[in-house]
Amino acid sequence: MDDALSAEAETVQDRPGRLREFWFYFRENRGAVIGLWIFAVFAFLAFFGPWIAPHDATAQYRTATLQPPVWQDGGSWTHILGTDPLGRDMLSRLIVGARYSFFVGVVVVSIAATGGIIIGLIAGFAPKWVDSIIMRIMDIVLAFPSLLLALVLVAILGPSLTNAMIAIAIVLQPHYVRLTRASVLSERQKDYVVSARVAGAGIFRLMFITVLPNCLAPIIVQAALSFSTAILDAAALGFLGMGAQPPTPEWGTMLAEAREFILRAWWVVTFPGLAILVTVLAINLMGDGLRDALDPKLKRS
Amino acid sequence: MLNYALSRLLTFIPTFIGVTLISFSFIRALPGDPIQVMAGERGISDERYAELAKQFGYDRPIYVQFWDYLTGVLQGDLGNSFVTKRPVWDEFFALFPATLELSICAMIFAVALGLPAGVIAAVNRGKFFDRALMSTALVGYSMPIFWWALLLIIVFSGNLQWTPVSGRIDLLYYFPDPTGFMIIDSLASGQKGAFTSAMRHLILPTIVLGTIPLAVIARQTRSAMLEVLGEDYIRTARAKGMSPGRINGIHALRNALIPVITVIGLSVGTLLAGAILTETIFSWPGIGKWMVDSIFRRDYPVVQGGLLLIAVMVMIVNLTVDMLYGVINPKIRKR
Repeated sequence: MDDALSAEAETVQDRPGRLREFWFYFRENRGAVIGLWIFAVFAFLAFFGPWIAPHDATAQYRTATLQPPVWQDGGSWTHILGTDPLGRDMLSRLIVGARYSFFVGVVVVSIAATGGIIIGLIAGFAPKWVDSIIMRIMDIVLAFPSLLLALVLVAILGPSLTNAMIAIAIVLQPHYVRLTRASVLSERQKDYVVSARVAGAGIFRLMFITVLPNCLAPIIVQAALSFSTAILDAAALGFLGMGAQPPTPEWGTMLAEAREFILRAWWVVTFPGLAILVTVLAINLMGDGLRDALDPKLKRS
Repeated sequence: MLNYALSRLLTFIPTFIGVTLISFSFIRALPGDPIQVMAGERGISDERYAELAKQFGYDRPIYVQFWDYLTGVLQGDLGNSFVTKRPVWDEFFALFPATLELSICAMIFAVALGLPAGVIAAVNRGKFFDRALMSTALVGYSMPIFWWALLLIIVFSGNLQWTPVSGRIDLLYYFPDPTGFMIIDSLASGQKGAFTSAMRHLILPTIVLGTIPLAVIARQTRSAMLEVLGEDYIRTARAKGMSPGRINGIHALRNALIPVITVIGLSVGTLLAGAILTETIFSWPGIGKWMVDSIFRRDYPVVQGGLLLIAVMVMIVNLTVDMLYGVINPKIRKR
């Protein structure tokens, strides 16, 4: 989303009213606006979580292990959403955990999009044989199921959140390459690109200043969608013990730690997953709204 | 058509070599010396180490090793597992039916619910049904399936005690497995209760694995239907006074199916990735769980061979989908 806004803000200077036009279409989609609000709360928690959380996320209250949420028998207002098997406050861990998922999304999308856009631009502008080689390599990466490839990459690099992010970024990158290349190939034929070339624009100017801004719409939508994929995959890796390591309050890792207690204490399992679901859902809602607002084919005008 | 098929086949070969190269280099990049790992905690003498290195060909140049591996792969030799000492190829195909059974059931579940949901949503565009179905589909699409599995276990295995938590069948049943498909084998065995037991073990993993394909199919069917419903021939059919059921069910759906079939074909990768999580949670003895276990056990030949076989499978399915698409839609062949 940050990417989307800043990209929009850049183009707004030479084309006044574009941001407003975008917002006009975006606002029509009620789900997307709700998604945006939830995402704003999520981003806020990611930045200020540790100051908002009622307790320290790693503090263990040994007198109150596996305490149920406040509305159940045995719950108390000290731990609103209950405590986990080590007596840590669930609500605080969830709030602090927002930071990791947000961080994963931002880093993965930045790496995958930057790399993918550059490779895609090269593939679109380079001679045919370079293009073929690049696309074959992308086919190879895409032949592996993403989670499996990420899992093996993390096994090689060693389990940690950083390595999980690198692995997911590598796995998501081919989608950006394909999207960018496809847009570049269709834009390159157009008159404005030909005239820019005739006017003497260098290859880098053609790539980044002439063509790229006109290819951004599908890439922005893809960025929103892969933000949610990144969060899901990182949580899945954490769940399999290959992502963030305990005691990090990452949501997937929390689920993995809570697994053996599922039949005794529903809250230790339910809330972290709910947090993942709500976040991912909000981002997907926003992605749908972005697509409707940015895709000129769907605009009613 | 022949040209199209040939050119698609030709791109298959470099991709196959690349996939082999990647699986091959992963084993070399994994931390720890494979022979040391195999020796375990007792350690190994230098002479024995050299002997084993020679036996596995690790002392030869890397490109010779790769060539050997590639020619081995083409002859169906993927090496032996460090843990069980059995050929990776045999292990894979012993466990594969379990994953296939689960995947087929998940796909049937997804198509059986996703197609009607998409059609109903498209026909009622903008109305209550459309919104309700599409919101549900988006929730399904956003679902962390490992959590979804845990929730279903809490409700159906914990609170209601309807379904078992893990495995493919209760331990009291034992029968030969000629097909490897538990549902068919349990029926064929004729043992009382065996089939019911197999079904009860199957149902939760099926729902979990089928959820994301279900959501994708429902969304795809809806958008394909909406596109087709705007076509002129639909208007003609309406003008002729054809019943809405016939128009939607036969005229529109048949043409809307083409993109949907592509999505179904392309979700094989998604299914295999989902199988990793689903099988791990439900202790389902299939490929996904086998891969995860092997990664944790550092069983390199298995990780390498499994990765390769899975990738090749995805490639073959994608190739088939492309070919079918070329058969259905002549425009594609011309590219």
